[in-house]
Amino acid sequence: MTGLRGARPLAGGRIQGWLLSVLLAVLALGLVLLATPAQALTPEQALRIAEGDSEERLAALAEAVAATDPATDKTLGVYIEALLADEVKHVGGRAFIVQGEAVRDAATGQPVALPEGAEDVVNNNRLRRAFEAARSALQLFSADTEERSRAITGLKESADEAMLPLIDKALAAEREPALKEQIQQLRASVLVSSNDPARRLDAARLLAESPQPATRALLIERLGTEDKAEVKAALAASLAAVESRLAWGERLGVLFTGISLGSILLLVALGLAITYGLMGVINMAHGELMMIGAYATFVVQNLFRTYLPGLFDLYVLAAIPVSFLVAALVGALMEKSVIRWLYGRPLETLLATWGISLILMQTVRTVFGAQNVAVENPSWLSGGVQVLPNLTLPYNRLFILLFAALVLVGVALLISRTRLGLFVRGVTQNRRMASCVGVNTARVDTYAFALGAGIAGLAGCALSQVGNVGPDLGQGYIVDSFMVVVLGGVGQLAGTVYAAMGLGVVNKLLEGWQGAVMAKIIVLVLIVLFIQKRPQGIFALKGRSAD
Amino acid sequence: MNTTRRQAGKTLTALAIAAAGVTLSPLALAQAGGTIKVGILHSLSGTMAISETVLKDVALMAIDEINAKGGVLGRKLEAVVVDPASNWPLFAEKAKQLISQDKVAVTFGCWTSVSRKSVLPVFEGSNALLFYPVQYEGEELSANVFYTGAAPNQQAIPAVEYLMSKDGGSAKRFVLLGTDYVYPRTTNKILRAFLKSKGVADADIMEEYTPFGHSDYQTIIAKIKKFAGEGKKTAVVSTINGDSNVPFYKELGNQGLKATDVPVVAFSVGEEELRGVDTKPLVGHLAAWNYFMSLKNPANDEFTKKWAAYAKAKNLPGHKDKPLTNDPMEATYIGINMWAQAVAKAKSTDVDKVRAAMIGQTFRAPNGFMSTMDPSHHLQRPVFIGEVRADGQFNVVWKTKGPVAADPWSDFIAENKGKKNLPVMAKK
Amino acid sequence: MSTPLGMRGWTAVLTAVLVIAVVVPALNLLVPPESVLHLDDFYVTLTGKIICYAICALAMDLIWGYTGILSLGHGLFFALGGYAMGMYLMRQIGTDGQYRSTLPDFMVFLDWKELPWHWAVSDSFVLQMLLVVLVPGLLAFVFGFFAFRSRIKGVYFSIITQALTFAAMLLFFRNETGFGGNNGFTDFKRILDVPIDQKMKVLLFVLSGLVLVGFFLMSRYIVHSKAGRVLQAIRDAETRVMFSGYDPVKYKLAIWTLSAMMCGVAGALYVPQVGIINPGEMSPAASIEIAIWAAVGGRGTLIGPIIGAFFVNGAKSWFTVTFPEFWLFFLGALFIAVTLFLPNGLMGLLRRPGGLLGLWRKLMRLGKDAET
Repeated sequence: MTGLRGARPLAGGRIQGWLLSVLLAVLALGLVLLATPAQALTPEQALRIAEGDSEERLAALAEAVAATDPATDKTLGVYIEALLADEVKHVGGRAFIVQGEAVRDAATGQPVALPEGAEDVVNNNRLRRAFEAARSALQLFSADTEERSRAITGLKESADEAMLPLIDKALAAEREPALKEQIQQLRASVLVSSNDPARRLDAARLLAESPQPATRALLIERLGTEDKAEVKAALAASLAAVESRLAWGERLGVLFTGISLGSILLLVALGLAITYGLMGVINMAHGELMMIGAYATFVVQNLFRTYLPGLFDLYVLAAIPVSFLVAALVGALMEKSVIRWLYGRPLETLLATWGISLILMQTVRTVFGAQNVAVENPSWLSGGVQVLPNLTLPYNRLFILLFAALVLVGVALLISRTRLGLFVRGVTQNRRMASCVGVNTARVDTYAFALGAGIAGLAGCALSQVGNVGPDLGQGYIVDSFMVVVLGGVGQLAGTVYAAMGLGVVNKLLEGWQGAVMAKIIVLVLIVLFIQKRPQGIFALKGRSAD
Repeated sequence: MNTTRRQAGKTLTALAIAAAGVTLSPLALAQAGGTIKVGILHSLSGTMAISETVLKDVALMAIDEINAKGGVLGRKLEAVVVDPASNWPLFAEKAKQLISQDKVAVTFGCWTSVSRKSVLPVFEGSNALLFYPVQYEGEELSANVFYTGAAPNQQAIPAVEYLMSKDGGSAKRFVLLGTDYVYPRTTNKILRAFLKSKGVADADIMEEYTPFGHSDYQTIIAKIKKFAGEGKKTAVVSTINGDSNVPFYKELGNQGLKATDVPVVAFSVGEEELRGVDTKPLVGHLAAWNYFMSLKNPANDEFTKKWAAYAKAKNLPGHKDKPLTNDPMEATYIGINMWAQAVAKAKSTDVDKVRAAMIGQTFRAPNGFMSTMDPSHHLQRPVFIGEVRADGQFNVVWKTKGPVAADPWSDFIAENKGKKNLPVMAKK
Repeated sequence: MSTPLGMRGWTAVLTAVLVIAVVVPALNLLVPPESVLHLDDFYVTLTGKIICYAICALAMDLIWGYTGILSLGHGLFFALGGYAMGMYLMRQIGTDGQYRSTLPDFMVFLDWKELPWHWAVSDSFVLQMLLVVLVPGLLAFVFGFFAFRSRIKGVYFSIITQALTFAAMLLFFRNETGFGGNNGFTDFKRILDVPIDQKMKVLLFVLSGLVLVGFFLMSRYIVHSKAGRVLQAIRDAETRVMFSGYDPVKYKLAIWTLSAMMCGVAGALYVPQVGIINPGEMSPAASIEIAIWAAVGGRGTLIGPIIGAFFVNGAKSWFTVTFPEFWLFFLGALFIAVTLFLPNGLMGLLRRPGGLLGLWRKLMRLGKDAET
């Protein structure tokens, strides 16, 4: 096998095993020469791929791939998929694909009964990579564009010079321009290690166009081992180009994490801003109201799991109004029983609400247990969307961003367009006067407090999707929400928005520089200093009182 | 007049007898044997509750089992359970309480190394015994502690060796990610020395720490991705502890960092910690322990069955529907049984006698091997590397041929030259 | 214009000193352990701990009860004093630590080869004790100077103090900061080369008690002096005080710094008795508890917060042993009850006209006279 000597696997985490090169080289030869007639997967081959020493299994896989023609025979492809999904068992000299109740023989594909004593096939990471590479190799000539695209991406990690003929053939056969470009990149990444300096130079230049993070790793590795000066220069130039392109991804990534954190801070602080703005009450139980919202989500999740398992993915949508209502009820109860008697005594309110928070935490501990409870993400909130090769935006965070925006708009509309909002604004600006013109300030207080509490509940529902849900959930966010409110001032909602987003982004920028803890400390110190200069926050209520 | 005096006399006598009875009866009971008190010092709330609560339950199960067989020295064991709430100073306070107020004969407890270091002065000062069931960083050898968990050479070093092997992915660059306290710091110090001895350069090692309870891992995962993209194959060695693991693995899955690209091997993540996480995107990530629930041997079958029955009977949340066993549970189980055996051998609960009787104790462990307590106060343990399965269990992908003896004074730290693996009595 | 203590007052003080300095040590050290009268070591330590808390409560009363400044971060000054003492104690361990090194254990596992700059004087008892007072005092002075000058008051001020202690707690949890991180300081062996055995602990207990009495007398002197009057005026109507020609900033700053230094001393006495210090002492929750001791006991009475500290911490010790699940319910209910029904705390209860029956009657009328 001539390809083997010059074959050097790609950098950035590639399989070192020479067997993989053998595997692909053999496939390449097999497909290109079409000399060996295609054979279906034999039961003996299937078994050898399923059990034994890693090296033997890889060798068996290479054989099977060489012997097969992917265009006509799908059994090997199906078998490899099953192996990757951990759906294969073996017993009595044969391998079986087990998908739930359906059992099929691996080699023939026919449904059979599963004999007694079947053992699971165990794969390690190395074997999994080999299976993924084999799958890509088989799918390279598939009729389906999606499959081909995936195959090309999969091969990026394990291509070497032995595969060149295969790649050239694929390039010739490719009709899609986008995929053609990807195959060109693949070809370049192989050729950059070629023995011929001219080819290396061309490849180095071409790689500048690649958007993949893997190319960066490859270029760094090649720079280390390259000796020809002009190729080295080309490599360095390409590396600079690739890195600047990747840097965009990184910058956007930091921005996104900052906005994500900011949206969470906004949700968390919005309710507090409303109650503080209206009643001058700093509610130390705010975190616990969030915790109640998160636990309400947990309960809804369990109800859906027990009674409506088919609709489980929708539980979050049902949990949103539930957490709002439950938290709002608890808030209203708090207000009517404790807080209204402490009107005009903000420091006492602070202490009393702290007491309430202790009681709420202990109640939850008694009812649900002291440990965290498991809140699973529904399937549409798991995973992420890859907008750039080095930037994946998780769905749950995108959802929270959207959710925070909707809540903000909802609250803004409520305050500015509804009757309740009118009363709330009136009482905030001048309680005595509002009372004089007939506003029932006591009832407005209760409703406003319940609104603030309900929003805290919504925040808890959102938090349950990104972090742990336990009795201490609120404690982690109390200081942050206070900082947002204090910074933003109580004049308008805009203050809370700016403060939350600003803090989120600044925090994440500092985190990349100094680490999470130092970032938080610096942010707190900055806020303390800012407040010294401007005690009323960013947006303040204009008034004439001296205090 | 006489009658009242007589009545007064009667009443006083009755009172005196009652008083004497009340004060003397505990003494009488103690003479007759009474119960032997066993302290359980595990966090039942706070950030470590996710890991430690189940250890309290398995300890109670082992105690029930021993009592059902007649107890120890003819006396029943009585568990004294306290909750130090993941608060390290409270651990010390509760330990003091167990030893001096409750007068326990032995304590089973602690998980984090900082909790153990907080209670160590208490146990050494009062010459009491602690059984510590969790993997730790070594660099300690107290005569008042029996370490039933793994030392670095029984967990961390074999795990990294596996990562560097072909089957493990031939990793050349390493991210050492941990929670910020003594165990990850010391373990990473040992691992750095080990990696250096294998020729890994400093530039190929990235070390990061997050505080307890940290939950936002976006930036760290982005950093790992960037580091991994800088060259050779990268692997992550995670010593993250407690419930921080849940958001870490969630973020890992959501950002698409697959085990085939950058494998993560964890030392504090077992079946219990994976309970709250969607394990489908985590298939292939690794953990290193001396026991996995998926091990197939008669002792483990018996252990898991017993646990499932106990969890159902006691209505334990989570375990009653889905019973899980893990390494620290197994270590607790071995520890309690060995202690009972040692007490029987020493015919006393006196600490010095039991300490001497513990050395050489054996027990057929659920990990499938015979566990022996070495003079180093450590157990010999087999090492298993497991990969996460989609159902939250682990597939064993590598294991040692037999049990490995512990080396608490790690050979990779220069200052340990010449140190013997034998405990020293604390200076009073 | 000070109010002298009078016969009753001085008798009370002298009795307290006698109990602290003579009775307790005798019952603990001289009476044999089997006797019923023996005072267990555990209770000596517990009482010593509560005495240190009482000093903090007293300090809180000076700033809140008499000057109207609610600080939710006073635990920070307590912890800083404790850490300063802890540093000295760590150096006193010498080479008896786990790693047998001249450096404290935590520096060894961090792979540090020498002491960082902030440990420079930790070897000297005198200098380190100065730090016990200077560090909290200086921090309080700087913070207070800027905060009071900007006229930050009320709820905003409380929140800012909470942020300050929270930030400090995060800072101290980092191992890189060089204060033991999560481990904190523990395993103390000696003070001034004298081992920390029960005799030393009793000595510390006596010292704490005497300091409490001393601070109480000092505080009493201050609040009954002219400066004390101004402080109370600032609490009641700060703006009017300004218009009357006084500069509230100076007064507030003075009492604020003094209060911080008192807490620092309390922390320094606390750490060797309890045997461990950890950044958890800086948590916002710990600081808020100081406020509740003052509130429960009765703000503005000086003796009230001391009683409050004993009451609440005594209840805590009892509850967490007997009914651990109910401790937080009790504490939470205490917060609410004290703010709603007992604005003058226990002292108010004891001193009110009509006694407890009057209170009952008031509670019954609460529904009517709550809405202003």
